[in-house]
Amino acid sequence: MAPHDLRRPFKRRPISDQQKRRELSLLRQSQHRSDAQQRARNLASSVISLQSPSSPDVDPETLPEPMPDLATTGHESEASNFDIRQASSLRGPEARKWFASQLMLPEWMIDVPENLSRDWYVLARPAGKRCFVVSADGTTVSRLRNGSVLHHFPSALPGGARKKGVSGPAQSYSILDCIFHEADQTYYVIDMVCWRGYSLYECTAEFRFFWLQSKLDETGACDPPSFYHKFRFSVVPFYNCDQSGLHSAYTGSLPYLKDGLLFYNKHAHYHTGNTPLVLIWKDERCSQYVIDTDNNGQVPNQQHIVLELQDDGKIVTSDDPAVVVNCLNADFIKQSGLSPGSLVRFAIGDGGLNCVDGKFEKADLQYISVSNRARAFADSYSKIMFQYMARHSPLKAEDLASVISQENQQDKLPEVEMSD
Amino acid sequence: KQLMAMEITQFLLAAQSADARVRTEAEGSLKQFQEQNLPQFLLSLSFELANNEKPSESRRLAGILLKNSLDAKDSGRKELLVKQWCAIDLALKSQIKELLLRTIGSSVPEARHTSAQVIAKVASIEVPQKQWPELVGSLLSNMTQPESPAHLKQSTLETLGYVCEEISHHDLVQDEVNSVLTAVVQGMNQAANNAEVRLAATKALLNALDFSQTNFENEMERSYIMKMVCETACAKEAVIRQAAFECLVSIASTYYEVLEQYMQTLFELTAKAVKEDEESVALQAVEFWSTICDEEIDRQEYDSPDTGDSSPPHSGFIEKALPHLVPMLLETLEKQEEDQDHEDDVWNISMAGGTCLGLVARTVGDGIVPLVMPFVEVNIRKPNWRSREAATYAFGSILEGPTIDKLAPMVAAGLEFLLTATKDENNHVRDTTAWTLSRIFEFLHTPDSGFSVISPQNLPRIVGVLLESMKDVPNVAEKVCGAIYNLAQGYEDAGASSSLLSPYLTEIIQHLLAAAERTDGPESKLRSASYETLNEVVRCSNLLEASGIIGQLLPVIMVKLGQTMDLQVVSTEDREKQAELQASLCGVLQVIIQKLSSKDETKPIIMQNADQIMMLFLRVFGCHSSSVHEEAMLAIGALAYATGAEFAKYMPELFKYLQTGLQNFEEYQVCSITVGVIGDICRALDDKILPFCDQIMSLLIQNLQSDALHRSVKPPIFSCFGDIALAIGGHFERYVATALQIMQGAAQVCAQMDTLDEELMDYGNQLRRSIFEAYSGILQGFKDAKAELMVPYAQHLLQFVELVSKDSLRDESVTKAAVAAMGDLADVVGEKIKPLFSNFTFCGEFLSECLDSEDEDLKDTARWTQGMIARLMVT
Repeated sequence: MAPHDLRRPFKRRPISDQQKRRELSLLRQSQHRSDAQQRARNLASSVISLQSPSSPDVDPETLPEPMPDLATTGHESEASNFDIRQASSLRGPEARKWFASQLMLPEWMIDVPENLSRDWYVLARPAGKRCFVVSADGTTVSRLRNGSVLHHFPSALPGGARKKGVSGPAQSYSILDCIFHEADQTYYVIDMVCWRGYSLYECTAEFRFFWLQSKLDETGACDPPSFYHKFRFSVVPFYNCDQSGLHSAYTGSLPYLKDGLLFYNKHAHYHTGNTPLVLIWKDERCSQYVIDTDNNGQVPNQQHIVLELQDDGKIVTSDDPAVVVNCLNADFIKQSGLSPGSLVRFAIGDGGLNCVDGKFEKADLQYISVSNRARAFADSYSKIMFQYMARHSPLKAEDLASVISQENQQDKLPEVEMSD
Repeated sequence: KQLMAMEITQFLLAAQSADARVRTEAEGSLKQFQEQNLPQFLLSLSFELANNEKPSESRRLAGILLKNSLDAKDSGRKELLVKQWCAIDLALKSQIKELLLRTIGSSVPEARHTSAQVIAKVASIEVPQKQWPELVGSLLSNMTQPESPAHLKQSTLETLGYVCEEISHHDLVQDEVNSVLTAVVQGMNQAANNAEVRLAATKALLNALDFSQTNFENEMERSYIMKMVCETACAKEAVIRQAAFECLVSIASTYYEVLEQYMQTLFELTAKAVKEDEESVALQAVEFWSTICDEEIDRQEYDSPDTGDSSPPHSGFIEKALPHLVPMLLETLEKQEEDQDHEDDVWNISMAGGTCLGLVARTVGDGIVPLVMPFVEVNIRKPNWRSREAATYAFGSILEGPTIDKLAPMVAAGLEFLLTATKDENNHVRDTTAWTLSRIFEFLHTPDSGFSVISPQNLPRIVGVLLESMKDVPNVAEKVCGAIYNLAQGYEDAGASSSLLSPYLTEIIQHLLAAAERTDGPESKLRSASYETLNEVVRCSNLLEASGIIGQLLPVIMVKLGQTMDLQVVSTEDREKQAELQASLCGVLQVIIQKLSSKDETKPIIMQNADQIMMLFLRVFGCHSSSVHEEAMLAIGALAYATGAEFAKYMPELFKYLQTGLQNFEEYQVCSITVGVIGDICRALDDKILPFCDQIMSLLIQNLQSDALHRSVKPPIFSCFGDIALAIGGHFERYVATALQIMQGAAQVCAQMDTLDEELMDYGNQLRRSIFEAYSGILQGFKDAKAELMVPYAQHLLQFVELVSKDSLRDESVTKAAVAAMGDLADVVGEKIKPLFSNFTFCGEFLSECLDSEDEDLKDTARWTQGMIARLMVT
């Protein structure tokens, strides 16, 4: 018979710190597990709006009867807004993937689009970090393209600060596409995605820019910083892309340092990811960063590009569909320790690039290394080509101006002929 | 056979020889005999044990070998032994049992005692299988035969006691229970039996009490048993009185409900024992009241106010006895031993009395205060240290239980006195004072709920006093660590108050590090206490204000951990000491990593040091070849979370230790932690975990299939399946058949669990939740590529959800996991299983229940699932 143990804990804590650490670890793990799974669910729910307060209360008794009012596609845009707010709590690779896929990304201008002067806006891109600014629930968060938080701050944007009476209803939130300009600590707004809970995804750039002009100012977001408004916001001036508009954007004096010109197609909706309906163009005059530099800020002798390795050994651009640049043989892949999905850095050799109809005929690539992990994506076709042209035969400002003037003449020509 | 028996005597003696060579050789021969012919071996041992002409040394070893052939601590080995025994020829087994029963009548006490133990081991195997029906009868006849000698009765009672301990009351029929109980209680009869018999009977009763449910329900039988126990509690012999009080302690917890009519007698008995009996008896008497407190506290905690049941949760014995009980306990407090604070294994009447007083306070709350405070006030300034210590201990004991309103004024008035008393000339008084301060901070310092005895005004004085006392003798310093621990804890998440401790952090940390370095205490208690307190201080600090300080602490701890590798390790003891120190330091690192990585602003500090930290952990693993170091593993999980994908570079080195950890069944905590860390790594690496998955999955599956692994590790393994699947997505395809088969098997087990066993239900809930988590992870992982792989399992999953939905005892967390998995199924597999959802009509009802829940999380999940199913139905 084991003797009955009488002893009770005396002047002791009943739980050891180690036990506490174990339990905290378990709690953390279980929290992260449920976060990870919840995240997957939030991303999954992008086709229907589930959290919207107006979502009709479904009588569960009637399930699994059809519920047409729940799944109408009209909710689509609202749902993606909701996701961005939710996604603000994402971390790491998920966040990177997410935010990278949520911003509208310009292609590089490698040839001049048709009807530039009629269908396009032009604006001078401020130099700085591109980010999403989300204001909701009394706070404002800016996130870079890689998902990391740039600032977490109070702002005069709707719902952007814990200040009564100003922000409007608690549910309202706004999302702006901005560039943060370090020198004057200002967020330059280049696009508006969502305003006071109202989605602008499905609106044309024309409407969004108009809305942006008229709404931002009335919030006080453009005022100088104050206690409840840590950073100033400012609308980037945009112009119709005619001779004078182009001239103003290109040469005009602006409060910020320029980094190229952005061209927006007036009819384009806010399209997440790369789009040919927004274009970026640069030259030495309007940008310090025309030709890519290496890690030390030096322009390398050869153009460097980053491509993604596919399962079949093809190396491709980030475009969708991807453009095949070349193919690596299996031995080389093995020797270099590459695996499918690796981002690989190459230099373009003297053989150069040769393209026909958006496909590479020939590409003289020299392997450098696996790209560092900070990168989420390979280079796009347009970027590679723009950089290549910038080194060999750049598209000049004069070329843009002459296209515009030709368009103007073409517009007038019929009249001339008629009058003849 | 005779020859054999002759020979085994020599071997048994030789196996105890002082000459190692002789010993080893004899042990080898015995082992060989055992392996070659187990039945004859056991029979020979039984003959040896039964033979009064054999030397007592060989008989003793024969008994030990018999026991070891029937029972083992390790459950796998035990199972094997049971199988071997069952396979032995019945006649031969009867012969062995006959010999054993004969031996309990031996004139040699030691042989009787050993035989009683062996009989109980055989009984533990055979009685549940109804293989030894004559055992109880045979033992009882020893008691009823008029010619039975006293020593046979004594051994028989001892045997009955052991047998009762080994078997469950379901194994006997009520008639047998009655007969056993009658025999035992008659054995306690003072007039009829000598002291040895009565002692054996009283001890046997202790084991038979669990069997006596039916008898305790019958008032006549119950009162007879109680009468005998109470009489025995007044026996002439202290050992018998002690045994009787042990019975009363057991009765207090097993039969609390029927004690009312005996309480007056029991109070008188125990009060007398506490006052005047020998300490061993008095301790049991105090334990009786502590046990009554345990019962009443338990019932109070279970009594939820919303049941609408207005009857009190218990009989309120403590409340009723209070005016007499409290003075009785206070009186014990002044019977301290000189060195009780230095020794770990001391347990005396003042400690028991003080502990009981604390339990009484928790039982009755405010009522105790007016009964204790006069004692405190009279004694706390007396010149005799015993009085001062007793007063302080009494004060500290009643701080848990009474309301803050009641305590706050007293504590506020006494705080300054206590702070001064940390300088008392007497070590015990200082020890108890520091402990009392730690209790004050534990129960009366909760700024986040709006109350604290600590204000910005008195905080500087409090911190100053505590830091000064950290330099006191080790036992006092250890209690001061406790005080700082609770002080820091109060400020955790305390809003604006959480800044109050920030200015003192540097100094507090310095003092804790200094205390950890001290070598003047016994073993390493002060060191552990210092590091544990350091952990709490870091954990509870206001990160924005403390990040610099914690950032400086990090390299200090890393250097210390590095130094442990250079410790000279010669003996096993050295190795243990090294491991213990490494455990403390890895613990601190874990806490620092977790704290700093909780905010984006401070995470870079961890990132910059991650390589060196990881190298240290790997070196810690390298120090201990037999197992992986648990604390290092725990810390690695935190590091993986902090570093994210960067963690991939550590995997080649780390992987073998993960494998070792997964295979450590004996220290199942290590295995469990390793499983958790693999989950952390999956979330950090995503599909970069893929190259390791074949080996990980194969080990996890082996673990699930093993009976040797502690069951508590199994739910985490299922959750880990989900983690892996979510990380590697479509690549999980190769494991899906095996994993799902085991998940379905486990779901089956859940369905058949005994719902009355609370502990088992707890396990069942964990298991069910983890199976759903595995489903969710796998489904989500397959979403983009391999969704069709889950079509064959959809029906089973929905059946499992349905089963769970019908279980009213299910835990909320199980409900949530079930609803989520159902939504994942609809979302991921979609169209192909649409008809299934139409067939499972429980869905609507289940979702409706979830949508009505108070739990916002559950409601959100249910709404999401509802949407997913609705979308499926309309498309």
